Amino acid sequence: MTGILAYSDVNAVRPGETVGFMVSCTGAETYKAEIVRLINPEGGPAANPFRYDPVATPANRAYPARVQTIDIGSYGVVEAHPLIGGLAGQTLQAMVWPTTPGSGRQALLGAWSETEKRGFGLMLDETGALELRLGNGREVARFATGVKLAARRWYLVAASYDAATGQVVLYQEPLATKSFDAEAPVRIEAKSGVRPDAAGLPFLFAAWHCGSAGHPTAYGTLRVGGHFNGRIDRPRLARRALDRAGIADLAGGAIPTGLETAVVALWDFARDIGSETLRDVSANRLDGETVNLPARAVTGHNWTGAVMNWRDDPDQYGAVHFHDDDLYDAGWQVDFAFQVPADLRSGCYAARLTANEAVFFVPFFVRPPKGRTTSRVAYLASTATYTVYLNNRGRFGSLATELYHGRMLFMDAVDMLFLEHPELGLSTYDRHSDGSGVCYASRLRPANNLRPTGRLWNFGCDMFLIEWLEWAGLGFDVLTDEDLHEQGLDALRPYSVVVTGSHPEYDSIEMLDALDAYLRQGGRLMYMGGNGFYWRIAWHPTKPGVIEVRRAEGGVRAWGAEPGEYYHSFTGEYGGLWRRQGRAPNRLAGVGFISQGFDHCSYYRRLPASEDPRARFIFAGVGDEILGDFGALQGGAAGLEIDSADPAIGTPPHALIVARSENHSNTYELVPEEVCIPHGASNAVMNRQVHADMVFFETPNGGAVFSTGSIAYAGALGHRNFDNSIARLTTNVLRRFADPAPFPPPPKG
Amino acid sequence: MFEIDPSRVDLAREFKARPYGEHSPDLQAVLNVMRRPSDNEFHVLVMTRPHEQWTLARMRPGAKAPPVLTNTVFASSAEAEWHVFRLRWKEITGRECPVE
Repeated sequence: MTGILAYSDVNAVRPGETVGFMVSCTGAETYKAEIVRLINPEGGPAANPFRYDPVATPANRAYPARVQTIDIGSYGVVEAHPLIGGLAGQTLQAMVWPTTPGSGRQALLGAWSETEKRGFGLMLDETGALELRLGNGREVARFATGVKLAARRWYLVAASYDAATGQVVLYQEPLATKSFDAEAPVRIEAKSGVRPDAAGLPFLFAAWHCGSAGHPTAYGTLRVGGHFNGRIDRPRLARRALDRAGIADLAGGAIPTGLETAVVALWDFARDIGSETLRDVSANRLDGETVNLPARAVTGHNWTGAVMNWRDDPDQYGAVHFHDDDLYDAGWQVDFAFQVPADLRSGCYAARLTANEAVFFVPFFVRPPKGRTTSRVAYLASTATYTVYLNNRGRFGSLATELYHGRMLFMDAVDMLFLEHPELGLSTYDRHSDGSGVCYASRLRPANNLRPTGRLWNFGCDMFLIEWLEWAGLGFDVLTDEDLHEQGLDALRPYSVVVTGSHPEYDSIEMLDALDAYLRQGGRLMYMGGNGFYWRIAWHPTKPGVIEVRRAEGGVRAWGAEPGEYYHSFTGEYGGLWRRQGRAPNRLAGVGFISQGFDHCSYYRRLPASEDPRARFIFAGVGDEILGDFGALQGGAAGLEIDSADPAIGTPPHALIVARSENHSNTYELVPEEVCIPHGASNAVMNRQVHADMVFFETPNGGAVFSTGSIAYAGALGHRNFDNSIARLTTNVLRRFADPAPFPPPPKG
Repeated sequence: MFEIDPSRVDLAREFKARPYGEHSPDLQAVLNVMRRPSDNEFHVLVMTRPHEQWTLARMRPGAKAPPVLTNTVFASSAEAEWHVFRLRWKEITGRECPVE
């Protein structure tokens, strides 16, 4: 079997810039690369034939295949230092909250090399009990408490080693919690005949040293193993064996009087929470850094429940939650690059990689040349949503997907290959191996669900919109969510109309503010999908391609944030639904998420408001009362995820609801934020709230909004080669919105 | 607790006629039972030719490995839904689905 996995270093480029491609290919000597302009998706018999046009470039050729690997799992690193490597005796201690004790050996902290069998390391053994290992490169001394730590309980763990006497003492003490689970502290004393040698070893948290990989890894060339699942808080290292009282003193927030000279490092993970820095507050400044983005801004051993925002009392958030399946950057080497020709049109492109039977697409967008526009139409690619969904593994996990989809789970060869590679990481729709929710997503890795083939969702659905824009003939420039976030209104200002994707679900405050400001100064928005502008996100302040999502409070969600962890670590902003923060999607787009179902799509029926003179331009040449009872996405224009108008949460009073969907199936349930008290009458068959609204309204200074309120809408546009009511009315809107002539203000009252 | 009544031929006929879209409350209850997550293997479809051929496969919960393909292939996903409906009917009720 041949398998190709690949990704690009950037997701959008301008003419003259270069995009690099990282490829891993098994089962072939070479693979072929071809740069193509994507026109539409592989959408099945109800869609137009799959089309991508070749782009002439020297990059189109065969390349030697090689295998590239990924180091998944997060950890913390403090570079090797004589103060650590030269220690004779020591005390190692921390507060820990293990989540998978007993599922294999796991490193907690120390300068321990598993491959060289030397140094000192505190860890959990195979049974989940605390263990200290001391090694000199020839012999290893092991000391364990023999008592398994409980999952999701805080412990003080410590080990002291007296170099003069060989005395070893281990402490494993459950912290007082509001639990009736009585658990006694454990103390073990023993003698070690092995004097540890940690010279030249880095000090690691949540992993141990496994030598050098001989090639770039997630941290230099360091190879690690023994990933720990769980939280570490207040780790300390002292240069001599402390007694129990000294350990207790050192576990406080500051260096205690009398222990100043004993302290080698006193790491305070409550410092610099929004960064990758692990701050040592001792005079030695043995700062470290995290690798592969373990979760920060998580509650620590001393969280009382009285503080909900980590910024209000960082000391209660001094823990880092490490996972064996965290991943930031696959870190592969570039295999080939494509320099974008100066005259290449803005649009959606891909590197199409083939070898034997394997095909893999790596999409990217080409922006217009810097400082120029090539159309009055901007297409806003939902790159934040793509990143947040990247490698959604949870949907393959159980029959639960079929239960709420209302149809069998299906996959294709790329999904099958993805399932063979857990190291490709998770999405924010998944839970980590320890059950905790994934709150960080990165695009710097191969993806199974960012392509014009396979299951039609997000990028695949959006390709129907690209196809329509290509057909409509007005041209378009592509902007990305990163452009919107970073440049704000400046990114939108040159355009008469901004067209969204089918599911622009995730937005930062900067993105929403930019769209709002654009509409207030006469801009026009075509919101071409469903469940848009729903979740708040935080972009990483410095690392490209990383987004944080805290699934706080409510909403349709794969997991819920832990208590006290509703604030983003990257920015300190409150997470969750925009609706919970006074910015319901209805305010911006007139409609907001109301229901979802994935078995069958339906149609809209025109409403009297469609005859309003203000809306007449939309329906010019459209005589049908039923709109969109066809389409490549489950047979209808209304469905998958749908939005409705609701003045109570922000739909402008002058908004015209020109059409409304009906006849949805049992799988379409009201979103939970609409069901405060479960009542059993919440699906579309029972509840009239479940429908999509097609909405038009004017905004200040001649602007306007048109919203479809349905993801499936995109799949109806190309029906009968665009000779249909949906394409006609949507193109009417596009042409009028692209016309700079201002919309008159709506009638008052 | 709801249990599937194997004498309800009407529900099997209803599903066969319309595997997707609105179902009667009784059929929806049957489907909810059939689709209940468990620790057991479950059936999935692998699109072995894009939008043209679906192959029945068995998947372990947890998404830790790809599913194992069977030799049963379908020309449409609706055909596959009916096939799996009959398999589940028998597995849950202990009786053959009365509708071919």
